[in-house]
Amino acid sequence: MPQEAQNAAPLLEVRNITKMYGDLAANSDVSLSIDEGEIHALLGENGAGKSTLVKVIYGSLQPTSGEVWWQGKKITIANPAAARELGVGMVFQHFSLFDALTVAENIALALPGKLDLAGLSEKISRVSKDYGLPLEPTAHVADLSVGERQRIEIVRCLLQEPKLLIMDEPTAVLTPQEADQLFLTLDRLAEEGCAVLYISHRLDEIKRLCHHATILRHGKVVADVDPQEETANSLASLMVGADIHTISAKSGRETGAVILGINNLNAPADGPFGVALKNIQLDVRAGEIVAVAGVAGNGQGEFFDALSGEVAANTSQAVKFLDTEVGHLGIIKRRKLGAAFVPEERLGHGAVPEFSLSDNVILTRHATGDDIVASGVVKNVIADDIQTRISDDFDVRKALPDPEARSLSGGNLQKFVVGRELDRDPKLLVINQPTWGVDAGAAALIRQAIIDLAARGSAVLIISQDLDEIFEVADRIAVVSRGQLSDARPATELSLEEIGMMMAGSHEKNSDHDSDRGEVASA
Amino acid sequence: MEAIILTIITAATPLLLAAMGELVVERSGVLNLGVEGMMVVGAVCGFGAAYASGSVTLGILAGIAGGMIIALLFAIMTQTFLSNQVATGLALTLLGLGVSGLIGESFVGVPGVKLGQIYIPLLTDLPYVGRILFGQDILVYGSVALMMATSYVLFKTRTGLVIRAVGGNHHSAHALGYNVIAVRYAAILFGGACAGLAGAYLSLAYTPQWVENMTAGRGWIALALVVFASWMPVRIMIGAYLFGTIWILGLVVQAMGYGIPSQLLSSLPYLVTIAALVIISGNRTLTKINSPAMIGQPFVPDR
Amino acid sequence: MKLILEKRPQRSAKMALLSPLLAIALTVFFGGVIFALLGLNPLRALYVYFLEPLTSWWSIQELVIKAAPLVLIGVGLAVCFEAKVWNIGAEGQLTMGALAGSMIPVFFTGWQSPLTLVAMLVLGIIGGALFGAIPAFLKTRFNANEILTSLMLVYVAGYLADWLVRGPWRDPDGFNFPKSVNFEGWQVLPTIFGDRIHIGAILAVAAALVLAFVMAKTLKGFEIRIMGNAPRAGMFSGFSPKKTVWFAMLLSGGLAGLAGICEIAGPAGHLQPLISPGYGFTAIIVAFLGRLNPIGVIFAGVMLAISYLGGESAQIDLGVSARISQVFQGMLLFFILACDTLILYRIKLLSGGSRKVTGA
Repeated sequence: MPQEAQNAAPLLEVRNITKMYGDLAANSDVSLSIDEGEIHALLGENGAGKSTLVKVIYGSLQPTSGEVWWQGKKITIANPAAARELGVGMVFQHFSLFDALTVAENIALALPGKLDLAGLSEKISRVSKDYGLPLEPTAHVADLSVGERQRIEIVRCLLQEPKLLIMDEPTAVLTPQEADQLFLTLDRLAEEGCAVLYISHRLDEIKRLCHHATILRHGKVVADVDPQEETANSLASLMVGADIHTISAKSGRETGAVILGINNLNAPADGPFGVALKNIQLDVRAGEIVAVAGVAGNGQGEFFDALSGEVAANTSQAVKFLDTEVGHLGIIKRRKLGAAFVPEERLGHGAVPEFSLSDNVILTRHATGDDIVASGVVKNVIADDIQTRISDDFDVRKALPDPEARSLSGGNLQKFVVGRELDRDPKLLVINQPTWGVDAGAAALIRQAIIDLAARGSAVLIISQDLDEIFEVADRIAVVSRGQLSDARPATELSLEEIGMMMAGSHEKNSDHDSDRGEVASA
Repeated sequence: MEAIILTIITAATPLLLAAMGELVVERSGVLNLGVEGMMVVGAVCGFGAAYASGSVTLGILAGIAGGMIIALLFAIMTQTFLSNQVATGLALTLLGLGVSGLIGESFVGVPGVKLGQIYIPLLTDLPYVGRILFGQDILVYGSVALMMATSYVLFKTRTGLVIRAVGGNHHSAHALGYNVIAVRYAAILFGGACAGLAGAYLSLAYTPQWVENMTAGRGWIALALVVFASWMPVRIMIGAYLFGTIWILGLVVQAMGYGIPSQLLSSLPYLVTIAALVIISGNRTLTKINSPAMIGQPFVPDR
Repeated sequence: MKLILEKRPQRSAKMALLSPLLAIALTVFFGGVIFALLGLNPLRALYVYFLEPLTSWWSIQELVIKAAPLVLIGVGLAVCFEAKVWNIGAEGQLTMGALAGSMIPVFFTGWQSPLTLVAMLVLGIIGGALFGAIPAFLKTRFNANEILTSLMLVYVAGYLADWLVRGPWRDPDGFNFPKSVNFEGWQVLPTIFGDRIHIGAILAVAAALVLAFVMAKTLKGFEIRIMGNAPRAGMFSGFSPKKTVWFAMLLSGGLAGLAGICEIAGPAGHLQPLISPGYGFTAIIVAFLGRLNPIGVIFAGVMLAISYLGGESAQIDLGVSARISQVFQGMLLFFILACDTLILYRIKLLSGGSRKVTGA
């Protein structure tokens, strides 16, 4: 930390921050300090309290107790505007952007003063060129890729000439190459004296980038370390503490007949901001796990819908299950044949938040031979029995015997939603983002259950953004980018770099990317 | 012919006023189905105040105030108590019709006060266009000015940008530090003022008297106009004048007596509204692009 | 001080029962305030308005007659609103049901058999359902908002009825009054419990019981609830949003149509320009006051029938306008919606200081 000697007082210091939600302490007695020009990592699992702490620093939450000091003075950050005035900028994990507005309008919303879009556009072009973050000020956000959207967030912060830049999981949505580009930008900012608070749970990034790391677990600071002096393993054990989870390795399983055959699957974009699928080919065999990797928003949703039958495929033979052409069959018929599906969004798609767990059992199992429904009448007792069985088998922790789905934590609900399908012992499982936003314990349980299912001879197709997860469970990997799917190759043959190149579109058949983008944008 | 155009303009003006208010409300992400209720309260308050004081200005102000008071109820219910916006909008209409009927009972058959037309020597006397361009009442010009001002504010100022941002994504707006609830309160009150003014126009200018339920579904047509205009102020004006024309043409044809049942002609505005909705809504790209993404969704900030 | 809502982890069963009662209590209280403002003794006025209708056999009969159509329409709307299909054109569907059912007495004046009545009721249901099918078609085919289309059709139905009774369907021996021929014999609903309550009341209760079973115990009920609550999950479950719209509109339209023909073949006895005193709109309040539960709707229908009768007795005994009942109804709906917030949220009062970090 080169600047440390120059300033006696740190740029930002939070002391003993506690934030209570009812009886739950999201942050408990958290302290950390950041100097100018320092890239400081905030490391922790999902639910460790990183986001809460950051919201306190950015003024969008008020702590229950504790102090915030800025350049040696004790202050109160009443709201985000006050934070911005101090010189705190934030790049949100789930971007704080407006699809219907232009790049310039999005940026103007975070800047004080009179609205001058023409002048602002000029500034945007200048700054974005300066830092290697190309942006078109008049473009509508809806038409931009995830990487481009992140650039808007960054440029928006840079225009405020920040002293402290907060980045919440910035690489979760980037290809490895895009991430490298981002690191260069952050290095340069740090050299210019800007401090960066970098939130992540990716250990290699933190070792690559950060000068200092504060590690949170269950809302408390468990360590304050120099990442250069740690190994990825030592950081990991600090992060998860005693709850280390190992997954029994996938052994060389025998693969059997083709269970899921996808032939020339095409699908239109789902709404004006969706991505169309083009000529998708893929086979998934009995006993194997195939993963579809890719940056969010490259057609994964459309792909899942076409496989589940929520949207009919272009032709009947585009999707084959066992020997049946199912492309034009609905989701109920596909389930009856022995297929099971877990969508990405738990609340409102995979489960109804306001329904009890037993009603949520009925959701996917009213026609799958569990005798829940007889001549149109629902037998709640049977649904409740199944609900209890799933909860026991998959360690779903709940406060009531049959609570509403929304009252469960993300991890417990995901265990329930996955368990509901695995409980049927399906011949095929299609699962979109299996452990998205789930704590490590639940993630390990879910991944293990998926591996066990394949070991019993079922076919599994995983759609995931999480490359660590993919390498942990998948036998073969294909990459989706702008609605096109690469050939699936054995996981052992692929490196992270190769996948990164494919995520950026190296396998796309249509070389004319610009016209391709235009088509997507206007669809 | 000149007379017909003059009546078309007075028929279009209340639609334009009410729809412009609702446009801002919907742009902020709120669906207030109570336009009819706010309008009819505006009409009775406007009539009553003008009748009691003899002043049209006071009548107009009372109409605006009446619309705002009942809109405030909607705002409290939907923004603070997070009630369902569709149901609350319906409640607003039912309450508005009831309250206005009760207040207005003593006004039935009473001669009203009429808002006068302006007269500019020479200009108003011009042949053909004089009265149409320079001989209207002040609110006709006011409604056009309102359209231009709304368009300017929405698309050229920070206020408008914030309104559109809140309606487009309230989570993002909140994360940037904007007070979503406060913006929506303000938009709802503006919508109430516009609807109240539109109602007062009916009872002070269009037909200067009080008749129960005198809005006759105009509030609902204003709601349809917002969809028809795909949330663009200029198109609201075009739509309002189109509907005003249909409304008046029905009356004109009736007066000519072609043997067409009067009831069919009276149904015409409602049938045309349905047709317009079908044409516009069928075109999904047109409705999707401008339609505020958050419309009808309550916002609950995390603490 | 600041008022905040805290989401409950679990919907409160206690509040679900209490909220309609609380809403009624608030309406009665503010009703008293309004009466006081009108210069009346609030206690006496409230007695006249809410309790006097229950003190004589005549008015209890009247209560049942008014509650029957409200419950019939209200249960249909309850199912509709549960599916988040916003049919607010029940008044128009009621009118069309009345017109369709009246075709029998108008065109087959002499036909007298039990089947006459059955045919009238069936035609009433079909007429209402077909009129409800229009918004359903426009919604599923063209994505047109059903709130606006169903409401516009109310006006159209009203003008159609007006034209028919003044024109082609006018009773030739009716001294030029705008009304149809008088219905007689099997063209009129039989009465029960005395001479005025007709079988419409039984139909209403039966409809409520059947729909209560459908909603609570069948897969159809599950479909309605899931499509209204989380349509994406409903599609994942294998249901079609379009089919739900059709089902909800046909059901609520058919029941409104049945209420319409019962009104004409019951209390009225002939077609007239004005078929109902706004039952189709009041039934919206009934559905919400019954918390969209068919059994709850029965009680809510009686409550709203009291408000109609109360308005009449207030006019006679107190000299207050009968419009007061509309105000009461609107107020009641407002309070129900506000009180329903308590089912999902806890209300907390925070003093301003406790939320802030203490400054330097």
